Amino acid sequence: MKLNLKIWRQKNSNDKGHYEAHSVEATGDMSFLEMMDVLNEQLINDKKEPVAFEHDCREGICGSCNMVINGQPHGPQSGTTTCQLHMRHFKDGDDIVIEPARAAAFPVIKDLVVDRSSFDDIIQAGGYISVNTGQAPDGNSIPIEKDMAMQAFDAATCIGCGACVAACPNGSAMLFTSAKVAHLGLLPQGKVEHTRRVQSMVATMDKEGFGMCSNIGACEAECPKGISIENIAMLNRSYIASVFGGQK
Amino acid sequence: MKWIINFLFSSIGKKIIMSLTGLFLISFLPVHLLGNFQLMAGDGGEAFNTYAYFMTNNPLIKFTSYGLYFFILLHAVQGIMIAIKNKSAKGSNYKVSTYKNKTWASNNMAFLGILIFAFLCIHMGDFWFKMKFTSQIAMIDTYPGYEGIGVKDLYTRVAAAFSQLWIVIVYLIGLLALGFHLVHGFSSAFQTLGLNHKKYTPLIKGLGYAYSVLIPLGFAIIPIWMYFK
Repeated sequence: MKLNLKIWRQKNSNDKGHYEAHSVEATGDMSFLEMMDVLNEQLINDKKEPVAFEHDCREGICGSCNMVINGQPHGPQSGTTTCQLHMRHFKDGDDIVIEPARAAAFPVIKDLVVDRSSFDDIIQAGGYISVNTGQAPDGNSIPIEKDMAMQAFDAATCIGCGACVAACPNGSAMLFTSAKVAHLGLLPQGKVEHTRRVQSMVATMDKEGFGMCSNIGACEAECPKGISIENIAMLNRSYIASVFGGQK
Repeated sequence: MKWIINFLFSSIGKKIIMSLTGLFLISFLPVHLLGNFQLMAGDGGEAFNTYAYFMTNNPLIKFTSYGLYFFILLHAVQGIMIAIKNKSAKGSNYKVSTYKNKTWASNNMAFLGILIFAFLCIHMGDFWFKMKFTSQIAMIDTYPGYEGIGVKDLYTRVAAAFSQLWIVIVYLIGLLALGFHLVHGFSSAFQTLGLNHKKYTPLIKGLGYAYSVLIPLGFAIIPIWMYFK
């Protein structure tokens, strides 16, 4: 199938950027990233600069490959990352517009690659539990209710790709932050530092320049892992409790 | 005291202010609507005028009304500031946008809010301001129980306003904006407060839809009824 691409090209963070048209011959069993590889081979053969895009595992678990395809982060297939999106979901002659995730806290580095270190800063602010390393503890030494474990696991499926920020008209990182807070805070090991974690992750999120949550729900619709905005409600709840309760 | 400043100026704190002021304004609307229904009592305005007299002279209601004015302004100013911050946090927009799960109302709350605020300015300028600060509204002192006190004849002013088609249309536009603002705002206020649960969120959403249709509809009946009367 022949596809007409319109791709965002931007030399560096200071460049204004523009759209560039290319056409690519692809087959239905190619993944979206493989189609991009074909395009880049073509560009290299023509002695042109290949399109910069991020990718790593190509298995849908690392979260590197977030790009906005026809206005949707990770493309039209719900619950799917760009690398797991196959070209059979497109038709011959389709126009595809490919853009980087857009948010003030995600400045473009080059073409489709954005700087997501603001997510790293949020994780560093509290996305961990402090335990002494040593031998692995016995699996059943801490009892955890099944439903609670499942809820924590659902939140833990967040791969930090930034599709939520890309989808949000406010460029808000509430879904990402709330997924991390829920994943750790629901489990006994993470409960110990819950109050401090909520305070410090929210403060960092604000400092990084993300927007506020308007409860629109575009994030949960576009999230390749189906993280629910129920987590955002839990974050709001925990934040209120951390301000009006807590020891300090 | 630093903790409370930090809270009020945090992203979640700002949204909680929007949520709480919004819920206060939501609780005010049915009270206002029930009072207004007296415009259709068919008694030449006696019930409505004496009710308006009570509402402007009862000290408790006076106190609450100053709270109401403050919360309207806080909700409006805070809302505009949040919208500006959110716009800058997004930066540039996409060439194509095919968002899912995004209702038109939820993405245009600030625009709807500005429409409602403009409507409020017209509404309060026409009735509240004229009643409180001018002598354009005549006094009636013949109502039984109010002899010699002097009750302002707000009913005649309202009837005069709603006999003009363009004012009725302005009111209907304002109420339409209010309806759309409430469709998103009602359930959103609960989500911001952290109240989202499979057990009761469907109930909140259902109540929100019913409220945002019935309340503006109730308000809309009055100018239409008075225009055709």
